[in-house]
Amino acid sequence: MARFAVRRLASMVAVMFAISILTFLLFQVLPNSDPSTRLAGRTASPTQIAKIRSDWGFDKPIYVQYIKTMGKILNGTVTSYQQQLPVEDQIRQDLPTTLSLAIGAGVIWLALGILFGVLSAWRAGRWLDRGLTVLSLVGVSMPVFFLGAVLSYYIGDKARILPAGDYVALTSDPWQWFKHMLMPWFALSVLFIGVYSRILRSTILDTINDDYVRTARAKGLSERQVMIRHVLRNSLIPIVSLWGLDFASVLGGGAILTETVFNLHGVGQYAAQSVEGLDIPPVLVITMFGAFAVVLLSAVVDIVYAALDPRIRL
Amino acid sequence: MSPGAHLLEVSNLKVSFQTEEGVVRAVDGVSFALEQGEVVAIVGESGSGKSVTAMTLLGLTRSPNASFEGSAQLEGKELITASEEQLREIRGGEIAMIFQDPMSSLDPVYRIGSQIVEQIVAHDFQVSKSEAMERAIALMDRVGIPRARERVRSYPHEFSGGMRQRVMIAMALSCSPKVLIADEPTTALDVTIQAQILDELRTLRKETDAGIILVTHDLGVVADIADRIVVMYAGRVVEQGTLDEIFYNPQHPYTWGLLGSITRVDRDTTGLLPSIPGTPPSLVSPPAGCHFRPRCPHAFDRCTDVPALEAHLPETPQHVDRCWLSAMQKRDLRQVGDRIGLAADEPVIA
Amino acid sequence: MSVASAAGASAASAPTPLLEVDHVKVYFPIKSGLLIDRTVGRVHAVDDVTLTLYEGETLGIVGESGCGKTTLIRTLIRLLAPTEGTIRFRGSDITSARRKQLTPVRQQMQMVFQDPQASLNPRKRVAQILATPLILKGVARRDVEPRVRELLKRVGLHPEHLNRFPHEFSGGQRQRIGIARALAVEPRLILLDEPVSALDVSIQAQVINLLEELQQQFGLSYLFVAHDLSVVRHVSDRIAVMYLGKVMELSRSQELYAKPHHPYTAALLSAIPIPDPRENRAREREVVGGEPPSAIDPPSGCRFHTRCPRATDICRSIEPPLTEYANGQLAACHHPLNVGADELRTASRSETSPHSAGQELPEAEPVTAS
Repeated sequence: MARFAVRRLASMVAVMFAISILTFLLFQVLPNSDPSTRLAGRTASPTQIAKIRSDWGFDKPIYVQYIKTMGKILNGTVTSYQQQLPVEDQIRQDLPTTLSLAIGAGVIWLALGILFGVLSAWRAGRWLDRGLTVLSLVGVSMPVFFLGAVLSYYIGDKARILPAGDYVALTSDPWQWFKHMLMPWFALSVLFIGVYSRILRSTILDTINDDYVRTARAKGLSERQVMIRHVLRNSLIPIVSLWGLDFASVLGGGAILTETVFNLHGVGQYAAQSVEGLDIPPVLVITMFGAFAVVLLSAVVDIVYAALDPRIRL
Repeated sequence: MSPGAHLLEVSNLKVSFQTEEGVVRAVDGVSFALEQGEVVAIVGESGSGKSVTAMTLLGLTRSPNASFEGSAQLEGKELITASEEQLREIRGGEIAMIFQDPMSSLDPVYRIGSQIVEQIVAHDFQVSKSEAMERAIALMDRVGIPRARERVRSYPHEFSGGMRQRVMIAMALSCSPKVLIADEPTTALDVTIQAQILDELRTLRKETDAGIILVTHDLGVVADIADRIVVMYAGRVVEQGTLDEIFYNPQHPYTWGLLGSITRVDRDTTGLLPSIPGTPPSLVSPPAGCHFRPRCPHAFDRCTDVPALEAHLPETPQHVDRCWLSAMQKRDLRQVGDRIGLAADEPVIA
Repeated sequence: MSVASAAGASAASAPTPLLEVDHVKVYFPIKSGLLIDRTVGRVHAVDDVTLTLYEGETLGIVGESGCGKTTLIRTLIRLLAPTEGTIRFRGSDITSARRKQLTPVRQQMQMVFQDPQASLNPRKRVAQILATPLILKGVARRDVEPRVRELLKRVGLHPEHLNRFPHEFSGGQRQRIGIARALAVEPRLILLDEPVSALDVSIQAQVINLLEELQQQFGLSYLFVAHDLSVVRHVSDRIAVMYLGKVMELSRSQELYAKPHHPYTAALLSAIPIPDPRENRAREREVVGGEPPSAIDPPSGCRFHTRCPRATDICRSIEPPLTEYANGQLAACHHPLNVGADELRTASRSETSPHSAGQELPEAEPVTAS
């Protein structure tokens, strides 16, 4: 366990360092990425630009700029170039939205993915299975921006069953929060539900033929006990680990499209805006945050995996 | 003999599976009986239907594609048409099974103890969890697992193959079954461990008086432990008799071939083994008549009809076989040099 | 097998060594550490093994799982690199030969694997599988197909099956294809790793017969690795018994059953049920308890002492050397079975003993012929 913790911590530091350098360098080589011209505004004179350049330190060597920026990020004082607001405040403000979206969608896609996967495997080859297969294919091939737009137009704007977008804080009005999040959750989950139910279906059908399932039957367990205790218990192991990684990627920016379609000011949208404005500090912070989420959750996944499968040792 | 006189009586059992290639007749008319305290070995190669026969007794081959005919009765109780709930009670209760591969036959995610307890609880609703665990420990102790009290908390992967097979035996014993089916119980194990497990089965048979059905391809194991032998080929029983009858007075050419094919550690068998030419037939479209006909060097025109499984030797009425050759012919034909075998006079083209 | 009956230890005909394994060790490091891996232990898979395989001979290697027989065979064909020791093929050292130098060696030394299903590329037709080694060997294009047909016929398959895929064959037929592939380059030596253990009895016999015929026809040498002692006995001229990475006993196959010197060999033999009910009943059998210990931390002294019914203090402290007896039989045991006082007097420490073995030869003691 100590070995696991130390190694994960080390790899986390290494990944975040590598990601930050890559991101930083990427913005140096992008055309038109000099922030001083944008900071100075449209009508700035060369002297103004030069002044900004030396004030902000853009004339220093890259590594000095990198170290300074990273220093600011680490002590939480970094500000964005565009609005010149503290990045930390902005993220703190956007994070609840993204978390609401990711956690809710994660729960939904896990639950429905398992449900459909089990139903599909249980009725393998029959009507229900075929129906679910088609449905999951549709779900997998439906782009979020399209599904989101359709949902928000028909259910939101036209039928007015649910609000078509925007975020209401959970703390201010839980019911409204729930109603506002329902469509984004759904839009974000559909792809994953399709994938998860397919994977679970095939894992279950493989597991059913495993020798220990035959043993379980030969022991005189009821079909229900065999299915739940032995087949499902073993089939869920890969699903759970998959979920951790998908959840991390949604948290780290995978929900940008959903946030945009439903006008949710989350971290994803903040990232999108910052990239658009070639605004290095927030992009750096967000990519590092995403990397952090992925590394952390993959460690959690490994711990959960080891708990689920005693053959795995950390 | 009236039905119910035997512990287990299988008569004219047929199992077929609907597949994409056609109907596979995996078991095509199998009959045998098992008495208390007796070991009956079902011998055959892959595809002979020996495992399907064994698993069908427990209803483990039931599926939408499978169809069954004939009967199998445990003390007069019909198994083939039994309801799922009746079967559930019989499985692990009255008939227990040990499988070939102990490495994969235990669920990797549960502790050894709780897997045994699971079976005890499934058949005894009165027993408490802790009583069941005590019984599990006693069982593990009995089948020779050292430090059973500690090791109930181990997971299967922490056990060696031999120890896992002991766990399977302990599990099978947990509800004092009347019949124990062992499907290639030692095939996956090393020889010294195999000897230990066979010893275990011998002790168990003495102590419990259960009837044991041993499914195997290994004639050494059979010679070591069986009382009677059922030889199967391509879904049919081709010969059935006592251990000595089959080994020293085999009546069916396939049995000769099997006996001739084996190498012996205690004999010098230099030169070519009298092997059986060709390969077993497809079970979708088996040859008409005797299924062994295409591989049999002694086949003649009558072999296109299916011979009945009947006794041909008046002195041993329980020794039956499916072959048209006369007993006299058989005695001559089966001799290949100084041993019994299938004389193949032409080079083998598979 | 008949060709090499002279290949034992008789000096008269002076058999030519084909493959020499000289004090070969293969250790697998076990790595662990907080941040950076250190080697914390080693699996002693093959631990100082010396064997010689002569031209035209079949040398059998038997042992239970984990005894190192598969690791050894893989090292010989240099799929694995030995940790220590030398391997010589026809006199030249191939221990650290590079890929290029190995190519000609590998043409003369082929391997047949246990699982014919897994060792044939499922996406290639038999014709391609067999043509590849021929083309690599430099056979002219137009000669390839006739050669492939000939090979198929030679291993007892219909030449018309040329265009089939491996899955269209039965297990026994696939093993025949594996053998044909090994034969394609006209090797001198074939390493057989459990070649028949995945097959049914009747098919086993067919494949064993085929191997014997091929050996006679082409003067092949075999290294036959298997766990089934009765099969190994049938095909081999000499048999090496391995336990936990070491050679325990090496003897001519006729003598192994009649006169096993090592208690482990005796245990193996007595564990094998004989397919003959009367003899099986008549025979006294001693079932050895316990299971092989871990090869990571093998027992001191003799590796078998933890399970051996004859073990004494010396067995726990000093590793017995491979002792050579009058008939050329080797056994690494302080308390050998079936050895008379005369034989003990003339016994000597074999050169092939592991370096770590002691000097002590077994002493005369009241030995009951058990």
